Amino acid sequence: MRIQRRARAVAASLALGVIALALVAGPAAAGDNSVPGQQPEPTTTTSSPEAESTAISARLIDNTTPNVKGIEGARIVVFQKGKKIGSATSDADGLAVVPLPGAGTYEVRLVASTIPDGVRLTDPDKIRLPDVIVREAQQKFVIFPFGKGSSGGGASAFDRLADLAGAGLRIGLIVAVAATGLSLVFGTTGLINFAHGELLTFGALVAWYLSSSGEGAGITLALAGVIAVLFGGALGFGLEVGLWRRLRARRTGNISMLVVSIGLALFLRSVFQVIFGASPRAYDQYAAQKSVDLGPLDIQPKGLVTIGICAVILVVVALFLLRTRLGTAVRAVTDDPDLAESSGIDVQRVILAAWVTCGMLAAAAGVLLGLNQSVEYDMGFKFLLAMFAVMILGGLGSPFGAMLAGVVLGMAFEVSTYWIANDLKTALYLGVMIVVLLVRPQGILGIKERVG
Amino acid sequence: MDVGKVFTDGARGALSVQSAAFSLAAIGLNVQFGFAGILNFGQVGFLLVGAYGTAITADGGAPLWVGILVGIAAAIALGLLLGIPTLRLRADYLAIVTISSAEILRIGVSSRSLEDFTGGVFGIRGFANSFFDLNPIPVGRYGIGEVSFDHRALWVMTVAWTCVILASLLVRLIARSPYGRMMKAIREDEDAARSLGKNAFSIKLQALVLGGAIGAIGGIIIAIDAQFTNGDYWKSAFTFFAYTVLILGGVGSVLGPVLGSMVFWFIYQALDALLRQSITEGVFGDVFTPSDTGPLRIAFVGLALMALMIFRPQGMFGNRAEALVNE
Repeated sequence: MRIQRRARAVAASLALGVIALALVAGPAAAGDNSVPGQQPEPTTTTSSPEAESTAISARLIDNTTPNVKGIEGARIVVFQKGKKIGSATSDADGLAVVPLPGAGTYEVRLVASTIPDGVRLTDPDKIRLPDVIVREAQQKFVIFPFGKGSSGGGASAFDRLADLAGAGLRIGLIVAVAATGLSLVFGTTGLINFAHGELLTFGALVAWYLSSSGEGAGITLALAGVIAVLFGGALGFGLEVGLWRRLRARRTGNISMLVVSIGLALFLRSVFQVIFGASPRAYDQYAAQKSVDLGPLDIQPKGLVTIGICAVILVVVALFLLRTRLGTAVRAVTDDPDLAESSGIDVQRVILAAWVTCGMLAAAAGVLLGLNQSVEYDMGFKFLLAMFAVMILGGLGSPFGAMLAGVVLGMAFEVSTYWIANDLKTALYLGVMIVVLLVRPQGILGIKERVG
Repeated sequence: MDVGKVFTDGARGALSVQSAAFSLAAIGLNVQFGFAGILNFGQVGFLLVGAYGTAITADGGAPLWVGILVGIAAAIALGLLLGIPTLRLRADYLAIVTISSAEILRIGVSSRSLEDFTGGVFGIRGFANSFFDLNPIPVGRYGIGEVSFDHRALWVMTVAWTCVILASLLVRLIARSPYGRMMKAIREDEDAARSLGKNAFSIKLQALVLGGAIGAIGGIIIAIDAQFTNGDYWKSAFTFFAYTVLILGGVGSVLGPVLGSMVFWFIYQALDALLRQSITEGVFGDVFTPSDTGPLRIAFVGLALMALMIFRPQGMFGNRAEALVNE
């Protein structure tokens, strides 16, 4: 918990230091300005057809204040091939929703005369977003940022690569934190947990309800994040004691447990969707931040804080594994459970410790992911395969490997978008993972053994 | 509450094209997982290449039957491509590789860079008119009471369920042959089978390809029925549902996947009607809204999958000794 407090202090001081803030939003790279103001990741629904209706949701936000303020009363108009489809006026939250007849490419325009006095678009060219692609049953989010902020503009190739590397480091470290937990559980129990993504989502949702729901405690995100981590640990504890321990006692095989974890994932994700709804939301605090300029690297303060928190968490986990008795016992059980048990280690207790740590790490990763992207009922599930990839690349059951692999894959993931299309980057790391499994199934740092 | 509607919706669900397509997906999984013990979590990838192979070929001007053959051939190619390098891997590794491959395919076909070829996020539409032109059923509605279908749906259903019956007969032949017993022997103990001189790798590869091809027919049927395919439909949740269907019916049994699918879709659609009515009638107070019906049903599927796996891994028709999957 020490780390979390320190993190909170860091976050709080940085938040105070921030004066002018610019737009955030894009899950992808902070410096990705190829599709201005749009979220590249589409919202998705769990299963086939039925979902909400197709629409464009425009958000008009003023980021000259530390907390984002919506711009009320401005009108947006949606066109398709020059034909007007519909229009809407933004509400107090700056939200304007235009329902659409179906999937297609649309143009979204902001009516200049309706913009209230005293604010103006951050980038006057973006009063018109020409190619907004909307899928069937998708709520497409576009953002019109207001204020005096500046946009990157005219970045050199080196700057752009540096920004991508920064974004990759950020996302890679988050995934490393999450995958370390996954790896601890796999190492001690042999379970490949398909419900691990839901542990991330759980943490992010707890923090959202505590900090941003309007009916919760309304505490700061930093405090809410710490509480969410505790809740995550409790969830890990509950799952181990209430489910997995009982299944092991029934001598359920690992494959059967894997299938059970899939059922659990479907169940939890749907429950989250019922409670939280299908649309993505942001934390109230730090939602829009202006990037700070560190030489070639433009990064938002919250990105820097995220990198710092992740690094601290990983160091603490490493120290826990290397320096404490319990950590040594975890490694012993990972190496050989039978040998560990016969030398007097309480294997059940060690597994419980691994699950609690896993739940805490996952919740922390979830909050950080929600902070840097958005909070959504299936946000963890979207990263499940990335976490598997990191776990495999690092070596199954090797937490140190997972840390290293997270950074390597995260960077490769973002930097690759310099050359390949943004929507293919996920395919790239999955491909890397498959190749690693085939060529070096023990991963970078895994212990060599026969796995075939 | 209209109990009749709950049952008629369920019955329509059990007989629907979707139920037939899931039967085929689960029959394919049964060959792979139930017979040969291959933990294929990318079954939806086979359905996807079937659907896209057909759609792209037919949309490009070729006759639909050529498209269907291309779709099946694409699934066979995927099976070989996937199986040759990965079948040596341990079961849980294979699960991750196969689910990732299916995701790569889904991301690939939805990608903007392949838009000219696959239609990107918009998919491909209206390529199966010739199939509906062949419809011999006169225009009208057919059925008993509320459980009725129009001539178009009935035509697709007839073809789909015929495919299910043919695939089941094929699986029955295999199950009773020395070939099928060899598959099961490999599932039970690969080393023992190898020491008896069986080429375990080759048999597993054949099972993967055969199961994939059967699944691809399911994908083709879904695409033809909708006259449409895009990436959004082929998510990994599809594979998880197919596993639920298979485990519900009984892993390793011939009729398990078919009856599993019918029961699954009966419950799934009946649940929809039941939940919708209960919510609008205020049974749950204002805890749920009608739009919660979808996720609530999926939550139910998740619980059912867990409960089945824990308490009745043999499902309805399986053999318990066979169903307890070994490492």
